[in-house]
Order: sequence, then C-alpha cells, then structure tokens
Amino acid sequence: MLKDFADHVSFTLFDLQPGTHLGEAVDFFIYDTLKIFFLLTVIIFAVAIIRSWFPPERTKRILAHKREYVGNVLAALLGIVTPFCSCSAVPLFIGFVESGVPLGVTFSFLISSPMVNEVALIMLWGMFGWKIALIYIGSGLLVAIVAGMVIGRLKMEKYVQDYVWQMQVGDIAVAEPSWPQRFAYAREYTVGLLKKIWPYVVIGVGVGAFIHGYVPQDFLAKWAGRDNPFAVPLAVALGVPLYANAAGVIPIVQALTAKGMAIGTVLAFMMAVTALSLPEAVILSNVLKKPLLATFFGIVAVAIVMVGYLFNAIL
Amino acid sequence: MKIEVLGTGCAKCKTLYENAKKAQEDSGKTADVVKVEDIPTIMKYGVMSTPALVVDGQVKFSGKVASVAEIMGVLA
Repeated sequence: MLKDFADHVSFTLFDLQPGTHLGEAVDFFIYDTLKIFFLLTVIIFAVAIIRSWFPPERTKRILAHKREYVGNVLAALLGIVTPFCSCSAVPLFIGFVESGVPLGVTFSFLISSPMVNEVALIMLWGMFGWKIALIYIGSGLLVAIVAGMVIGRLKMEKYVQDYVWQMQVGDIAVAEPSWPQRFAYAREYTVGLLKKIWPYVVIGVGVGAFIHGYVPQDFLAKWAGRDNPFAVPLAVALGVPLYANAAGVIPIVQALTAKGMAIGTVLAFMMAVTALSLPEAVILSNVLKKPLLATFFGIVAVAIVMVGYLFNAIL
Repeated sequence: MKIEVLGTGCAKCKTLYENAKKAQEDSGKTADVVKVEDIPTIMKYGVMSTPALVVDGQVKFSGKVASVAEIMGVLA
C-alpha cells in the first residue's frame, strides 16, 4: 500500500520516469521515509508502554545480589525494557552497585541497554528485514552477557571511583502508574523521540536513496566486502563517533550493503554506533577509573568485532 | 515549601526547572525552586533516572519532564 502511494507520488504526481536514476531515487525516498515513520511511531509507542512497568528502581531490585550467568542474562534482557538515557548513567550506575548488583551484572545492563534499543531495531527491521533485526537482538544480548561476565571475572571493583562506595542511597517507592498514565507517558516519549530523530531519518534515507540511484553496483565490494579482513574493525572504529544517530546511519548503511558491504560488517558497525559512544565514556568517567573504563570499551569493541567476523563467515 | 529539580545538567533538566518555576508562580505558592546537580544529594533521594522533581523532600517524578500542569497537581 505504501509502495503504491510512493509510486503514485513519484511517477504520476511528480511525473518522473520509472527506471531512471532520479525517478527510482525519489520513489525509494518516499517509500522508505513513510515506512520507517510508520514503524517508528507504532513500535516506539508499544515499547514505551512496556517500559512503564520497568522503572530503573524496580530493575535494580530484581538484579540486586544476583549471581553470574543468571544475573548477566537477566541484566541484558532488562536492559531492553528499562528506559535508559546516557545522561542518567551516573545515578543509575551508583544506584545499581550500591544496592548490591554485582559489577559484571551492572555492565551487562549498561551494554545491552543502549545497544538493543527500539530505534536501531525498527530501522534494521524496516531496511533489512526481521531476520537481521532478530540476529541483531540475539548477538547484542550475547555481547552484553559475555562482556559483562568477563568484566565481572576481572574483579575490577577497585577501579570504581572510591566515592561511589561511600554514597548513601535512599530508596523511593515508585507508585504504580494507572493505564491513562502509561498511555500519557508513551505518547510523550514517542513524540519526544520522533522530534529528536526525524531529521536524521530524512537525511539518512535521502543519502541512502542517492546512493541507491547513483553509486555503481559492487562499488564497495572490494573494500567493505567479506573478503577484506580489515573492514570489520574499521567499521567499529568509524561507529564510535557516530553515536546516537542509528536512525540516520542505518538507511545509508543499507544502501552501502546493496553496493557490496558485507552484512557482518553492517551489524558490527551498528553495534559500535549504539554501544560505544564518546559522551557516554565521558559521563562514565565520573564513576569509573581509567583502567576499568578502558577495559569496558576494549572488551565490548573486541566482542563486536567477533560478531562481525562471525556473521561475515556464516551469512 | 521547597521544590528541588534533580539532574546533572542535561537539556531535559533545564526544561523541568522552567516548568517547576512556572508551576510555582502559577500556583501562587511561596516556594524556593532550586536546581540540585551534585550526585550525592541526587543519590540520597534514591533517584536513578534524571530529571527528577522533589517537593519538601518527597520524590514526585523521576525520569521524566513533568508538565506545568502535572507539577501544579503535586503542589496542591
């Protein structure tokens, strides 16, 4: 239906020729923008409703004193449904460790929460299909669980800033919201998020449409294809400064895939964009000493690169 | 009455502070509206997601930018 609408606008209203570069690029742009905004609105709203059951204060209570394995798995899963914004990473971190959530379990949460987020999933689903989106969830959870377990085993508690352990943390009773409150929260959240990301989506889809229409086939096959072993680490390094723009990055990456970029490289790139961000590192340096911060980034980066190689080998 | 806006200085915290000021003026209550940015105080209230709004030592909202109307509701 959206496709018919996009065809109608491009080929009848704008009177462009199907099969021409310009015609196909415009058609692609209209179709993809509509599809993505539709998916974004519906899914962000649904996710926000689910999130109203999992305020961080409750997640903290579930995870307190959980052991390795069970704790890491639970933390990674709760990371998907607990609302998280890197601006409150500090109170969240302190609240977790002070209430007895083990350090490794806390990291599983901190890795999964930004990485397995609904915007990245919707964009992957919309542009690559549900299989790739599911693979992304699965491998994202795996990275969060394994990296958190490794950090837990390294016994790096002494590299948490000392003041964190001396902090007095209060306990607030979180009132259970009513249904109208859940809907109000979800509407507010959806509108706020859409307002923030819509320019990136439009620009990303626009650049993607241009690449689709104008860049020659197999343009990238040589340097971003599966045979180039440096493609995955390079993609991860490029992903770090592009934080928080998953919405704009995915349409471009999808177009690059059509021109020969390998899918494992794409997944690794996406994970680096969402999980490793410089502002988050700066914020976390308030609670983590340098060796722990570096270990965290290093382990996550290595895990992501391995995911990239794995899917380049098997897909 | 004391209204505290907890947050480490992000854009959302500023909006909440403005809403709180507006709510205080509109409600005609005499209250100090203050911003709290230091972590130990924020943690003392047990708040894990900022921005949060505290009225007379009680956490009313956390992790959201409450609207002027919502804040008026908890000031009454």
